[in-house]
Amino acid sequence: MPDGAQPVLDVRGLKTVFRTRGGDIHAVNTVSFHLRPGELLGVVGESGSGKSVTMMSLLGLLPSPPADVRGGQVWLGGQDILTIGVDALREVRGAKVGFVFQDPMTSLNPVFTIGHQIAEPLIRHMGMTKAQASVRAAELLELVGIPDAKKRLRAYPHQFSGGMRQRVMIAIALSCDPDVLIADEPTTALDVTIQAQIIELIKDLRQKLGMAIIWITHDLGVIAGIADRVMVMYGGQVVEQAPVRELFANPQHPYTRALLKTIPKLGGARAARLQVIEGQPPIIMAEPEACQFRARCVHAHARCEAENPQRRAIDGAAVGQGHDVACHWTAGAGDA
Amino acid sequence: MGNTAHPPPKSLTIRAEAPPRMLTFVIRRLLFAIPTLLLISLVIFLIVDLAPGSPMSQIPLTIPPDVRVKMLDAMGANDPLFVRYFLWLKQFFIIEPAYMIDSWFGTDLAQGAPRILSWKSRSPVFDVIGQRLPQTMTVIGTAYLLAIVIAVPIGVYSAYRQYSWFDQVGTFVALVGYSVPTFFTGLLVIVIFSINLQWFPSVYDTTLDVTDWASFWKQVRQMVMPVAVLALFNAAEISRFTRASMLENLGQDYVRTARAKGMSERVVVLKHVLRNSLIPVVTVIALGIPTIFGGAIITETVFSINGIGAYVIDSIKSSDLPALQTLTFIFAVLIVVFNLIADVLYGILDPRIRYD
Amino acid sequence: MLDARATPTPLVQVRDLKMHFPIYSGIFRRHTGDVKAVDGVSFDIMPGETLGLVGESGCGKSTVGRTLLRLYDPTAGSVTIDGTDIATLSPEALRLKRPTMQMVFQDPQASLNPRMTLAEIIGEPLREHTTGDAATQLERVYELMNAVGLNRRFARRFPHEFSGGQRQRIGIARALALNPKFIVCDEPIAALDVSIQAQVVNLLEDLQDNLGLTYLFISHDLSMVRHIADRVAVMYLGLIVELSPRDALYANPLHPYAKALLSAVPEADPAREATRRRIILKGDVPSPANPPKGCTFCTRCPQVFDRCRTERPALIEAEPGRKVACHLFTTPTAGSTGSVEVTEPNQQGVSK
Ligand SMILES: Nc1ncnc2c1ncn2[C@@H]1O[C@H](COP(=O)(O)OP(=O)(O)OP(=O)(O)O)[C@@H](O)[C@H]1O
Ligand SMILES: Nc1ncnc2c1ncn2[C@@H]1O[C@H](COP(=O)(O)OP(=O)(O)OP(=O)(O)O)[C@@H](O)[C@H]1O
Ligand SMILES: [Mg+2]
Ligand SMILES: [Mg+2]
Repeated sequence: MPDGAQPVLDVRGLKTVFRTRGGDIHAVNTVSFHLRPGELLGVVGESGSGKSVTMMSLLGLLPSPPADVRGGQVWLGGQDILTIGVDALREVRGAKVGFVFQDPMTSLNPVFTIGHQIAEPLIRHMGMTKAQASVRAAELLELVGIPDAKKRLRAYPHQFSGGMRQRVMIAIALSCDPDVLIADEPTTALDVTIQAQIIELIKDLRQKLGMAIIWITHDLGVIAGIADRVMVMYGGQVVEQAPVRELFANPQHPYTRALLKTIPKLGGARAARLQVIEGQPPIIMAEPEACQFRARCVHAHARCEAENPQRRAIDGAAVGQGHDVACHWTAGAGDA
Repeated sequence: MGNTAHPPPKSLTIRAEAPPRMLTFVIRRLLFAIPTLLLISLVIFLIVDLAPGSPMSQIPLTIPPDVRVKMLDAMGANDPLFVRYFLWLKQFFIIEPAYMIDSWFGTDLAQGAPRILSWKSRSPVFDVIGQRLPQTMTVIGTAYLLAIVIAVPIGVYSAYRQYSWFDQVGTFVALVGYSVPTFFTGLLVIVIFSINLQWFPSVYDTTLDVTDWASFWKQVRQMVMPVAVLALFNAAEISRFTRASMLENLGQDYVRTARAKGMSERVVVLKHVLRNSLIPVVTVIALGIPTIFGGAIITETVFSINGIGAYVIDSIKSSDLPALQTLTFIFAVLIVVFNLIADVLYGILDPRIRYD
Repeated sequence: MLDARATPTPLVQVRDLKMHFPIYSGIFRRHTGDVKAVDGVSFDIMPGETLGLVGESGCGKSTVGRTLLRLYDPTAGSVTIDGTDIATLSPEALRLKRPTMQMVFQDPQASLNPRMTLAEIIGEPLREHTTGDAATQLERVYELMNAVGLNRRFARRFPHEFSGGQRQRIGIARALALNPKFIVCDEPIAALDVSIQAQVVNLLEDLQDNLGLTYLFISHDLSMVRHIADRVAVMYLGLIVELSPRDALYANPLHPYAKALLSAVPEADPAREATRRRIILKGDVPSPANPPKGCTFCTRCPQVFDRCRTERPALIEAEPGRKVACHLFTTPTAGSTGSVEVTEPNQQGVSK
């Protein structure tokens, strides 16, 4: 991926707040990232860290109320899609950006056939007739590795297994040749052997079709296998961002470091005891003015209490381009 | 709820299509319906028969006792209980349907077998029902259709705009419509619209024949109040149910998928969500049909409509046991039949249902 | 395993355990088939040992766990725990036996009564099975809360006021209340975040060290099982296909399914991931109501041959201490030898 290439997606300073009875929840706070053509950006972070909300905010997919996308810009295809209005946004959804969600069991409409659900965006965005759309739908099913596609078009979702349904979701997301595919934990609900099938499929499709992909997961193993670049989220913020090998070899944020240590390994020496990250993830009820991780951080000091750290580059490149981290503490050589 | 949910077994192959299973299911249900209905019929027969108020009280006291006994014999009221029960069963399930077929196709299946006769009017109960059913059907049928036509869109919109003023007003009206009994609303509208304002007639004219525009207009005017009262009551229930069902489906993941595909809100709500939400609504509507006949008893009395409901009341007043038994049993049959219809509809509308 | 370690008797002995759930269909609801959730498994668990049980969703892991504790009445087979055959015990004898065996569930939220306080939840088994007065019982509740790292100030709170990891601690405290010897942990960490999983696993390990507990640890997280288990049983479609000591299994899985399963687990190491060879299995797990004839894995096995489709392999000792159910390891009527190396060209699927 050439570094200088114009990004297909450029998100700047995104903020999303949920107004709930118990008060505002600042789920996404000044999140910035970009996606280069053909690149696979992995997004990791624990439950509630704002991964899904970030991606759904981009395309206005959150229910409002309670969600309120308060600030930021989302540049896609030369326009800031936060400002173009819902009708124009609908032309973007499904056409320029495809979505795959976590739970394949519930993400398809149970009362319509598979064929119908794949054909819908084709008719809507590509101006196809029903007949053309159903021919294309069969091709798409074939593409995602479902044999005997023509017959399967008439099946209902419940007649498919979880892995097959996720393939159908991928077929829908890719139906209109999007520039960007956002996959929100596409394999979390699946068994490992089925997960392996889906990962292979995505790798394969990426080579064939060349779209850029955002892959959300909380499984660092999955990220290690497929991502070009990784963004780590914590408490609604990006805390670290780096090319994949750099991140795993040289993690900077105490959260990333702890996370990498806390998961047991499949090979190599077996730790006698697992490292733990003490405490609980935060619920952010106000605009952050201190580091969100400080309560669980082994390196926390006075400044972490007083000031929310900004992302800073650690390898000379601009923030977002190379390796950057949002932390007041600097990892020295040999730090644990 | 239990501790762990068990995922259904996954299979690679497409499961067998629904129809054969559906057929087995229907047959199974019909087979079950037979003992159920027999039991219900026995209970109905016994309760009605053992209830106080014998037909003798209807015979004038001036008639001498021996004649009285003869009269009772002729009515069959003195036969042993089970003899009368089986005779009645035979009449209900074999003879009466035979007469019905005869009258439709001009055949002679019944061959003059004795029919279920009303003790009061001495005419066949089914004939009376046949005369009165159209009155009931026009009023109740119109009211129920009207209720569905108004309630479903209201339910859909209330759910889509949850907590909007429309939804709040809808909730309030539905609450009132559902909790105030029809005899009260009925009397209220009679007092207001026909006694005070004199817009509509207060007595329903059953003998009216619709032959021209004038009589049609008259028919419409006399139907307005009973239909409105019944429709309000049913619409309240159906709209609430539609709303709840829509709300449940609006939160489902597939709705998000439809939006992420770039579908317009109209398609998302009126196609994806509505199609799913209507599955339970349709079955509730089907289940509600027999119960509205029960509700008709009150409405028909309030508005003096000479329909089935009024017939029930008449038979109770005059201790007309055969009529009462027949009418009650018809209600029971309706309930069993519409339960089955509701289940079958569910299976047709929801591709996930597998009857096994 | 009749080597030097043979002296202690197993705490749990399972022999040919079957759990079939009947399927009724047709007009007269005749018994037309069975979901063979568990179709004949045998294994031992030594005192103080942790046996890991892994496999894909629906392969019968939870059913094994539940049948072991007689939460289901087994269709066939025996389960001997601490010298008593659980499978045939009368209800009253079973009730007396309950304290020695407990279960920790996957979903901490669903397994706790939302209307009971923490003290009531943990104290419930005490009220049911012991005779002490309220004060002694409360003392024991505090002791248990202490053991699982819950502050005793929380005793009056309700489950919804706790995080997932804390709720799982409550579940563990409840399981510990009656000093059990044997605990079935059914995916105790599956619902928890990565950063919380380690807390719970460490707790389970500490408790095992301090109290000498024996675990059946059910999980689909193979890395975590490697961390916690001493031996591991790999299940596929109601059967154990491989039962090996941990290190041997992870270094060199014998059964083709175990190989595929292990190779499918992604590792948090980009360099290794780039070079790793992955076995991509084709298709899905068949339905347990209608398992394939012969070896249950034959429909997806990369090394399948004729015999696999007709004859079901028994679980036999392939190497000292390692048991495998696969014709590649049975007597050499098959054309293949015991040593097999799976190479990429054999694989179907989309891998390039
Ligand atoms: N509809 C909503 N109303 C209120 N708060 C919400 C809503 N949706 C999400 N949130 C909050 O936003 C925060 C971020 O949630 P998000 O779904 O993005 O997490 P995530 O990183 O995707 O986690 P997971 O791994 O569990 O999917 C959470 O604290 C959550 O409670
Ligand atoms: N009570 C039951 N009645 C009928 N079938 C059942 C029952 N419990 C489990 N099954 C079936 O038995 C099989 C094994 O289920 P089980 O819950 O043991 O799987 P598992 O390995 O624990 O899966 P998971 O990883 O999803 O928890 C499944 O096909 C399941 O549908
Ligand atoms: Mg999410
Ligand atoms: Mg389970």
